[in-house]
Amino acid sequence: MNKQLRIGSGIGIGIVLLLGVCLLTDCKGGKKAPQEDLEVDVKDKEAILQDIRQAEKIFQALPSPLESAMLIKSAGARFEEKLLNPVSAVKNYVTNKAMALNLGIYTCDLSFASLYEQTQLLIDYMNAAKKMADGLGILKAIEQEDIDRLEENINNSEVIMDIVSQTFMNSNSYLEDNGQPATAAIVLTGGWIEGLYISTQLVDMNDFNGNKLVGRIIDQKLSIDILINLLNGSKGNAAVDEIILEVTRLKNVFDKIKIDTTPVRPEYDPESKSTVLKSEIKTDMTPEVFMELSEIVKEIRNSFVI
Amino acid sequence: MRSVKTILLPAILLIALTGYVNAQCKAFAKRECLPKLISYTHDGNYHAAILVEGEEAELYKTFYSDMDYRVSIVGDEKLPDIEFRVLDSNKNVLYSNKDKNYSNTWDFKLQSSQQLKFIIKVPSATRSGQTPVNGCVAIMFGFKLKR
Repeated sequence: MNKQLRIGSGIGIGIVLLLGVCLLTDCKGGKKAPQEDLEVDVKDKEAILQDIRQAEKIFQALPSPLESAMLIKSAGARFEEKLLNPVSAVKNYVTNKAMALNLGIYTCDLSFASLYEQTQLLIDYMNAAKKMADGLGILKAIEQEDIDRLEENINNSEVIMDIVSQTFMNSNSYLEDNGQPATAAIVLTGGWIEGLYISTQLVDMNDFNGNKLVGRIIDQKLSIDILINLLNGSKGNAAVDEIILEVTRLKNVFDKIKIDTTPVRPEYDPESKSTVLKSEIKTDMTPEVFMELSEIVKEIRNSFVI
Repeated sequence: MRSVKTILLPAILLIALTGYVNAQCKAFAKRECLPKLISYTHDGNYHAAILVEGEEAELYKTFYSDMDYRVSIVGDEKLPDIEFRVLDSNKNVLYSNKDKNYSNTWDFKLQSSQQLKFIIKVPSATRSGQTPVNGCVAIMFGFKLKR
């Protein structure tokens, strides 16, 4: 059984045990049941707990907007403001779906601006993300003091990244904890699509072969199934169902890209005190497949920011 | 009608408590798990839940060749030491913290980008007949550009 991990299973157990007690005692409300009737048979309790244990808990972890932006920068891409979703568009987003998608998109844009030290843009995008979070009713995701702190530390990239990471965590944890996993999944989708859109737009077709950014785009094939599984966890939600259709079109193009990896060999590196997962990779994406991918990403992203 | 109340009232109270418990779990994650990412940038994603002894969780994530990573997996002090294993897409075990004295962090980097699977387990330390203990388990990732 695939179940997104978000509920406090301790509470779940409490409810199950409580209902179990109630059923076993015939739910005689009002009358005080004899003590022996209230004791759940140990075997029954074990069986209930066994059922709960078997409920598989699965996290589908997409790259966060901050990680996506970092990957673009590390590939040597340049900054292009015109690729970002203008902050003036915030007034267009009034539905939950549009606000959730654009919370992810603006968070990716603000991460991108922060990594390229675009200080004024960074504050503008933080304000845009705040409007989306406020519109979704996410309490305390981005507070005025975060924006003030950002302004005070505008030249300290470490503090800026901490603030961006913390505000994003506040949003997604609020949504997960308050029973809104569909909205949380839509926010992540918005951020991921924006990262992919910016990357694909920055590729210079005259420098396609061996382009590091193209390599990062190919890597996203490894995340497309994670994204679909994440969205499938909220299947039945109308907004999510629409997004699944769009993302499936994207998956069909990613399926044309071949990735062959040799078996992974873990080796401990005493110098860096970390494990190196060694493997060789061979990928194959033609410029034609890239153009197709780029077009579909652009279409999907533009439909998100309208 | 009374029977319905007997079931519903406590259930409603417990559901209302869910928000409180989740908030506690988030506070735990921020207090105990996040600081272990020190010198890495937290990616901003939040993965935490209340697990019962004997329960397992799985996490799927893509990791990139340009980055150094640290994972921090921390359980509530009421729980036994948390076990975690890391597997590649062919289900080969690449790391197990059981071999590292149940260390709650692991630093790693990749020669080529890979999707990895984390299996997180709360071992069972309860004797038969006792109610298994439950508590918050938080999983967080930090990254930095490869040196």
